[in-house]
Amino acid sequence: MKQITRHVRYAIALAASCALALPLSAQTIAITGGKVYPVSGPPIENGTVLMRDGKIVAVGKDIAIPSDAQKVDATGKWVTPGLVNAYTNLGFGDVGFSAGPRELRAKRGDGIASGFATWEGYNPQSTLIAPAREGGVTSALASPNGGLISGQAAIVDLMDAIALKDVIVKAPATMVAQIDDDESAKVGAKGELYGRLRDLIEDTKAYAHRKADFERGQTRDYVASRRDLEAMIPIVEGREALTVEAEQASDIEGMLALAKEYGLKLVIAGGAEAWKVADKLAAAKVPVLTGAMNNIPQTFSSLGARQENAAMLRKAGVAVALIGNGGGDEEMFNVRNIRYEAGNAVAYGMSWDDALRGITLAPAEIYGVSDKVGSLRPGREANVVIWSGDPFEFSSRAEAVYIRGKKVDSPSRQDMLEARYKTLPPEYNTP
Amino acid sequence: MRIVVALAAAISVFACTPAKASQAPAPKMAATGDTAAHSKDTVSTAGAGALSLPNADPYPSTYKPFPSKPTVIKNVTILTAAGPRITGGSILLQDGKIAAVGASVNAPADAVVIDGTGKFVTPGIIDVHSHIGDYPAPGVEANSDGNEMVRPVTAYVWAEHSVWPQDPQFPRQLAGGVTTAQILPGSANLFGGRSAIVKIVPSRTVQGMKFPGAKYGLKMACGENPKRVYGNKGGPQTRMGNVAGYRTAWIEAEQYRRKWDKWLKDRKGDPPARDLNLETLAEVLRGNILVQMHCYRADEMAQMIDVSHEFGYKIRAFHHGVEAYKIADLLAKEGIGAAVWADWGGFKMEANDAVRANLALVSQAGVHAMIHSDDPSGTQRLNQEVAKAMEAGKEIGIDVTEDQAIKWLTINPAWALDLDSKIGSIETGKDADVVLWSGDPFSVYTRTDKVWIDGALLYDRDDVKEQWRTDFDLGYVPLAGGAQ
Repeated sequence: MKQITRHVRYAIALAASCALALPLSAQTIAITGGKVYPVSGPPIENGTVLMRDGKIVAVGKDIAIPSDAQKVDATGKWVTPGLVNAYTNLGFGDVGFSAGPRELRAKRGDGIASGFATWEGYNPQSTLIAPAREGGVTSALASPNGGLISGQAAIVDLMDAIALKDVIVKAPATMVAQIDDDESAKVGAKGELYGRLRDLIEDTKAYAHRKADFERGQTRDYVASRRDLEAMIPIVEGREALTVEAEQASDIEGMLALAKEYGLKLVIAGGAEAWKVADKLAAAKVPVLTGAMNNIPQTFSSLGARQENAAMLRKAGVAVALIGNGGGDEEMFNVRNIRYEAGNAVAYGMSWDDALRGITLAPAEIYGVSDKVGSLRPGREANVVIWSGDPFEFSSRAEAVYIRGKKVDSPSRQDMLEARYKTLPPEYNTP
Repeated sequence: MRIVVALAAAISVFACTPAKASQAPAPKMAATGDTAAHSKDTVSTAGAGALSLPNADPYPSTYKPFPSKPTVIKNVTILTAAGPRITGGSILLQDGKIAAVGASVNAPADAVVIDGTGKFVTPGIIDVHSHIGDYPAPGVEANSDGNEMVRPVTAYVWAEHSVWPQDPQFPRQLAGGVTTAQILPGSANLFGGRSAIVKIVPSRTVQGMKFPGAKYGLKMACGENPKRVYGNKGGPQTRMGNVAGYRTAWIEAEQYRRKWDKWLKDRKGDPPARDLNLETLAEVLRGNILVQMHCYRADEMAQMIDVSHEFGYKIRAFHHGVEAYKIADLLAKEGIGAAVWADWGGFKMEANDAVRANLALVSQAGVHAMIHSDDPSGTQRLNQEVAKAMEAGKEIGIDVTEDQAIKWLTINPAWALDLDSKIGSIETGKDADVVLWSGDPFSVYTRTDKVWIDGALLYDRDDVKEQWRTDFDLGYVPLAGGAQ
């Protein structure tokens, strides 16, 4: 009996603390006095960011602050857009392989899962979202992996929510494919892989023109199901990005040729050897998602991996979004570490401004959401971070994080564990 | 007769690496001619247990320091790991050792002088948990030599027999400022095998990398891995099965040790049969091999401590220890080190309670706290990992200074290997394993400029001729900048 009472009390305490942690309702907030990095324009010393009803309404030096605005003094602080991590598996599970599945890989046998709408398994309440936010990440591409066509990815905002519809920024944002690993792609060789891609593209085109015939069973067999072909239509029409994981320079060249032939809107992810074909990528206006923390010839297709990759691509004029590539589960547990990837990119030759752009506006532009996230401009979602200092430095922290104008500061599970065990023995009947 | 001679020779070898291995010169093979003298000496001074190994050092180190020039770095900030930092100081590396350190040093006339204005000097980083060499790059099956996953007790394997000195990850590790590493077998098994302690130097053989006089470590693992790997292969299938497996092995090891110790004392009849597995475990019981134990969960670490008490051995350090912060007081009391990541977690259930303040919390409790990588990428940026851990400590009110944090990278891991009298701090007489950083090593923008091992310059960022390229790198990996 006594035991039950204690548990009930604990539950009540937890519920109360959660209620307290809920964000204030949207209102007018003015962040003043900070060094503001809009990314879409030059930095503003002693700038103001004004947000209202979840949107940014003004950014600049001499902004009139409405009397009803809540003022947040950011003197001595740095203010940036919320970071956009363009390659994560966030929301598709909390724990790795020995504790149940991560909802990010289709099980279909033929490696083509274009109809797989990954985000339908996205959980906005994953315990890994709060740590990501604490690292200043406010939006993420939640992406599938594996196979040849892995599935479709969405961009989500990392707010406290239960319903998927409340967090979606764009779904689908891109189709994801990978051509680096033949085994995962269910092919025996690259030549076979390109053949399968061509079949899929050509069948999609045929299907798109003959949907009625297809329904009546008056077409030849296509290589993919109706759902998969439907999902491929915006890809073959060049309306939606096709993000292809490829590492080797010759594979990237192969994809560039295929994209040109069929008019695809290609994005390269990984791109260990992209620096070798930087000029071609720039000429084709094909962006690259890559990191700055991998220099290991881990496979025979990534022998040229180097930390200068991102900087060299940028110098050649390629649009670069920075993603984690240094290991350590940066797709899920350590989505928060994207800012250190940017810092390392700077250490390996990228300009600081380009590095900040690489984790904010660049991914937003690549995936067609720059009208919503990635910069501090009027009309954008009020995703804003106040930093204690240079956001790329280990000694800096995100002091305040706003998503759609609401301050989000509910503690992460990790915070709770630290609080509990800071003094030993721990107190078990507090949250 | 041949057996007896071989044993006598072996015993003499072992005499060079008794408990105080770190003070002893590099063990030498019997061929040096000291056999008889050492043999006698050993009988009278070393513990009886120390005599029993048939051959304590059958694969001896052939490492010799690379040629070096006396080198002075001046006007530099020195994080010593032995006390407060020296600002605007100087350090002299000579004849492989740190010859002088302070506000100024007397340098020989022929010394290479490096102006360290705006830069930092630290001891070489020590990574106590590496698989470089036994899981080389590229990660092809042909070279995957880190885990002898055939049965749960494989204390008979030695990591050095897997280490490929041409692993291209070695020079990258060195360029990250790591000068000594412990290469461990993997964690599939209850007893994974012996570790290899190496200096990160180019060599045709692993023997040419082995740290002279270093004690072996024994890799043990608890938790999910053994039960996952052997659950359908005869067990263990559960955590209780894991513990039964350790206990069964220790019981055998105890008997084996007694049998050998008695024979070595009496020398009557034939020597007992050798058993490679039990030889290693018996050496742990004698205190000559250090237990390096992979363990995530707090409650399991406490269980492992009890097992060690039951059989009278010491666990030197828990590796990974994502929940070490939950039992920091226990680890401090037991004198067991904690080798941990800064922010890895969640990749399996037993890693789910990882917190970034782990290092700061265990350090604050008085535990020998250290960073480790378990990863060829992470090992290149252990300074950055520590920087993250420092900040995590500060965020919960534990103010970790850089002078403390440098110990997580250097002297504490040196302690975990029982090499802290030789490496791990900037002190006169220690091995000149030294890193020159372009700035504060805890800034994301800082890179290693130069790395010395035993006083020899083995990495220079500004000089491609001073950058080690393995055989594998040749023709496969483009020279940095070459194709720019």
